[in-house]
Amino acid sequence: MRVRVDGDKCQGHNRCYSLAPELFDVDDYGNAHELNDGVVPPGLEEKARLAAANCPEYAVIIEEDA
Amino acid sequence: MTGNHPPVTDWSVDFDHADPTYAADPYPIWEEIRGRGCPVAHSDRYGGVWFPATHELVSEIAYDTERFTSRSVLVTEGRPLAPAPQGIAPPISSDPPFHHGARRLLLPAFSPKAIEKLEPFTRAYCHELLDAVAGREVIDGAVDYSQHIPVRVIAKMLGFPLEDADTFRKFVHDVLESVDLPIERRLENFLELDAYLTAQVEDHLAHPRDDLTSFLLDAEMDGAPLQPEHVGGTIVLLLLAGIDTTWSAIGSSLWHLAGHAADRQRLVAEPELLPLAIEEFLRAYAPVTMARLVVDDMDFHGCPMKKDEWVLLPFPSANRDPAAFDRADEVILDREENRHAAFGLGIHRCAGSNLARMEMRVALEVWLERFPEFSLADPAGVQWSGGQVRGPRVLPIHVG
Repeated sequence: MRVRVDGDKCQGHNRCYSLAPELFDVDDYGNAHELNDGVVPPGLEEKARLAAANCPEYAVIIEEDA
Repeated sequence: MTGNHPPVTDWSVDFDHADPTYAADPYPIWEEIRGRGCPVAHSDRYGGVWFPATHELVSEIAYDTERFTSRSVLVTEGRPLAPAPQGIAPPISSDPPFHHGARRLLLPAFSPKAIEKLEPFTRAYCHELLDAVAGREVIDGAVDYSQHIPVRVIAKMLGFPLEDADTFRKFVHDVLESVDLPIERRLENFLELDAYLTAQVEDHLAHPRDDLTSFLLDAEMDGAPLQPEHVGGTIVLLLLAGIDTTWSAIGSSLWHLAGHAADRQRLVAEPELLPLAIEEFLRAYAPVTMARLVVDDMDFHGCPMKKDEWVLLPFPSANRDPAAFDRADEVILDREENRHAAFGLGIHRCAGSNLARMEMRVALEVWLERFPEFSLADPAGVQWSGGQVRGPRVLPIHVG
């Protein structure tokens, strides 16, 4: 599984960073970005889903492995 | 509660968010408007105001900065004199392209990492407030506790005298709550606020220090210092925007827990749930309704909107829309999917959201630690504020 933040949609609510700091970081302006090229380590899939399900701007995107 | 207007008799065509009925219980009113064929109420009050009640329409308007201007975000009888794109209190009152730079200046001071540093100060102050009422059987969760927390923190951030808290709350009442007063009375109130801020700015010019006021006085945008009206407007915004909003959010959370023993017991037993519970309180009791002005005459989903009419952005109603949230009218402490819009949507997302969340979390942690058991002392005596910021202003809680 991979996660990605759509920088055009992200408005800095910081929900992903607070729910899954292992997967996301934010800059000084509140813009979020994925860590580790978006690769979700095993065991953190639920956190990734939670981050996506709580983004008010629909900016967190999950890409499931085929 | 205000009530300087005649009472509303029909919410679809004579909507008024300053009506005492709305302050006391807005939920059935939102439900009624959302259930109509056209979920947009209107009123000739305030020189024309629209009220879209669904999440879908609120989102659409929040994202549409072309047809809806933020030139003023507070519905009043008059229309703002400050022109777009800057507006009276940048960046909340600004449109693109000015908005971007004005907002970018402020964001680092409100980033999660900057806000973390204010947590020990906030926590110590929450304890101090409860120490001051120790031994009482009934504490007012709004008057004795919630209302003080954001005032103290923003005064520290701006470098204003901490003992002026009562003055700041009076400004909040005059500017944000008394929206249905005649325009002349409102202007008098503004002059008082202006005189206070001028004195603070002069003091900072004479004695620069490490705070947000000195930062703004020194700041540059596009290579030039900020215009005095930009600095002044931003200070007004920072001073007022975080006070009654966060105070309302803390108060509503305490009100919920005081009235729902099972939720209170669960949070005491499972404190790790608090971050999710706070998001749910923000969804279910979002304090803030924003507003826009219509840029030009247009048809909006069948609504004949006229230039310079107000459009309210009721994030609290959007958050209760069953089309956007499962079991929208229930408070579910560990709700897993919660894309609530309490801090707005789009480019005007509340710049202080990290600060507000920190204050809510610390205020609730300290309260629950000191009072694991509490209940409403007088449920019928709870009073809610009216206008665009809703929260308990009188909240007697039995803690003994």
